[in-house]
Amino acid sequence: MIEILLSNHSVLLSGAAVTVFLSVIAICIGGVLGLIVAFGLRSRVLAVRLWCGLYRSFWRGTPILVQLLIAFYLLPHIGVEVSPFMAALISLSLNTAAFQAEIYRAGLAEIPHGEVEAARMLGIREWSIRARIQVPQMYRLVMPPLINETIIIIKNSSLVSVIAVTELMRRSQQIASSTFKPLETYLLAGLIYMAINLVLAYIGRRIEKRLAISGGRA
Amino acid sequence: MTSGLDMNMLAQYGPLLLSGLWVTIRVCVLASCIAVTAGLVLAVLLLSGYRLVRWSVTSYVEVIRSLPILVILFLLYYGGPSFSLTLEAEPIGVLGLGFYGAAYFAEIFRAGFLAIPAGQIEAAQMVGLSRSHILRRVQLPQMMGLIVPPSVNQIIVLVKESAVLSIITVAELTKNATQMANETFAVIEPYLAIAILYWLLIEAISRLGIFIERRVRHV
Repeated sequence: MIEILLSNHSVLLSGAAVTVFLSVIAICIGGVLGLIVAFGLRSRVLAVRLWCGLYRSFWRGTPILVQLLIAFYLLPHIGVEVSPFMAALISLSLNTAAFQAEIYRAGLAEIPHGEVEAARMLGIREWSIRARIQVPQMYRLVMPPLINETIIIIKNSSLVSVIAVTELMRRSQQIASSTFKPLETYLLAGLIYMAINLVLAYIGRRIEKRLAISGGRA
Repeated sequence: MTSGLDMNMLAQYGPLLLSGLWVTIRVCVLASCIAVTAGLVLAVLLLSGYRLVRWSVTSYVEVIRSLPILVILFLLYYGGPSFSLTLEAEPIGVLGLGFYGAAYFAEIFRAGFLAIPAGQIEAAQMVGLSRSHILRRVQLPQMMGLIVPPSVNQIIVLVKESAVLSIITVAELTKNATQMANETFAVIEPYLAIAILYWLLIEAISRLGIFIERRVRHV
């Protein structure tokens, strides 16, 4: 295992970098979309609620591998040329958007309605209420599930190896087939995934602590 | 064909997709059985008094939970022969999914066990009930309301992850859709069709879960 690491460390490192890069960007795009869907789920307009519900149901109710294959094949089919990396980014983002929407919806429901009513009485605009009152407080509440979702996306990003994105898993497959040592190579890949997730969990706990000190409510 | 779905093709390949669906269901049922049983055993061990046992189980749970299922399947399927584990793809898939899920079920059961007041177990011991009797008659029935919802969720996750078995050539739903795509050069029909099949399957499981949840709550 040590020899494999020593002779392939730059390849593995670049693979791990792609894994982290892809996942972090997907989490950020998915975060923005997820917020929109979460507010859509609470909309007063029935059609908006239904469409957002359908979106959430589809992306949470089908395997991410199938979503990935659909994004990879459907987009060129309707005339949008995308690289494997873009297809991977699109499907991971749309997938995590649905899961984050559910996390945000639960978080928003925890914020006392009285605060929103009070803000409305004061004449604060709807958008400011969301941006200044609801969203900041909600983020403090949803940190633990959000970190969890990030770890899930890191793990799921291994699936994009099937459409030839050269992230950690794809790199490991290449190394395994050239060294004929699959056991050692995949153990090494597993260790790298564990390390990434441990670091993420650590960062998550730090953020949670900071957010907990800065305000009154837990 | 430039637009619209080719219904003839779907009719022709329907049996292939349905056989894939059957394999998916079979694999998931077997893997769920392993995951629930092993998870229960792990949770009991996790709460045992021996530090070494507790430590090993915690490590197992933490390690498995931080690994992608694909890494575990590749380790078993391609790395297996190095430690004389040579099985067909499907049993490997069942074992991989099962012992992967076990780590998650261990956490679910552990939370359930911790929710039952220690006084009840002490009382049961005083009355002279055996260890397994306490587990079956005192602990498990009361845990149901608490463990059924996350368990159903976990089984749904397991069904979705079973799609990954296609990568190690198990002829389940996703693999058969890929075969259909390769034979027909159509990509939209097969993947859209299986997306709907998965969606229906998962919707059915979550409905069943809500039904079971109501039943256990009424006990």
